[in-house]
Amino acid sequence: MARALINAPAKAARGAVIEIKTLVSHVMETGFRYTQTGEPVARDIVTNFTATYNGEEVFRARLYPAIAANPYLTFHTVATESGTIELKWTGDNGFEATERIRITVE
Amino acid sequence: MRRAAALTAVAVLAVSAAISGEIPLSERRSTYLDMGAETRAMQDGDTDNPGMLWVLDGEALWRTTAGKAAIACAGCHGEAETSMKGVAARYPAFDPTRGTAIDLAGRINICRTERQQAPELKRESRELLALTALIARQSRGMPIISEDERLKPAIEAGRAIFMIRQGQLDLACAQCHDDNRGSRLAGITVPQGHPTGYPLYRLEWQTLGSLQRRLRNCLIGMRAEPYTYGAPEYIALEAYLMWRARGMAMESPAVRP
Repeated sequence: MARALINAPAKAARGAVIEIKTLVSHVMETGFRYTQTGEPVARDIVTNFTATYNGEEVFRARLYPAIAANPYLTFHTVATESGTIELKWTGDNGFEATERIRITVE
Repeated sequence: MRRAAALTAVAVLAVSAAISGEIPLSERRSTYLDMGAETRAMQDGDTDNPGMLWVLDGEALWRTTAGKAAIACAGCHGEAETSMKGVAARYPAFDPTRGTAIDLAGRINICRTERQQAPELKRESRELLALTALIARQSRGMPIISEDERLKPAIEAGRAIFMIRQGQLDLACAQCHDDNRGSRLAGITVPQGHPTGYPLYRLEWQTLGSLQRRLRNCLIGMRAEPYTYGAPEYIALEAYLMWRARGMAMESPAVRP
């Protein structure tokens, strides 16, 4: 189950800097661990995060094995116009999660 | 003979004096207050608290039919927000049909096997933690209640485990969490050990975990043999700890370092 918690303002004044906080459910298995019988545990991490605002990319992050489980990312952007901010996480083993948030700019 | 008896009496007195320091009710404090501002903020914000990911999973599971009876939790209990309000604050509870105390996770599994006719959920599995987190969330801010007289034997058994020295380090729970509460152990403040926020998200674990997992953690630290999950000893300890924390506010799902 891919789940995410998003905190973003539903309304903003035009030109205002808004903060978007995201938390996605993921184990972030590093690939450096071994089981009790010595088998390596395969890496399973989120590798990419992108945020697009009305189709335009406003934030991107690459994630690596040292990042904690359930990665918490916050970023800022400028509220230019009403529309949708799409948040997308992709990772190992075909992991994909997408969340859309509506924002009204006045 | 008399001398040996007298010595034993002295030894017993010394031990009971050393670990008689139950915390006065007014001096009890949640470990929440000893955490950094960032960790507290993480617990307080519903979109910052990773424990809420389990609560969301729990909400989905609550509505999912399971077992031969093909019934969901919601089928009997309706909305968790109303029917489960305050429930976690009074667990472990006494189960009259079994004649023993049961913990919340055990209660969920009894519901699963008896009502839903589904297999038990494994202790510390994502599903069981999710359902426990959903139920515990409904008691947030409510005081812990431990008033059932029938829980007394479990509470007393739990107190005995809490007070007895065990493991290769020959330590009792009470030596840290009663006698040396508030002192420093390496970089951290020794907590009073009140189970106000379980199941909780430990940054060290990078996941949600139950009180029993935390107790297991302590037992291993004492170089004592941990009990198996769901063992009566754990439930007794839980019952004692909840009695000890009676009246304190529930924080589930809490965040701890």
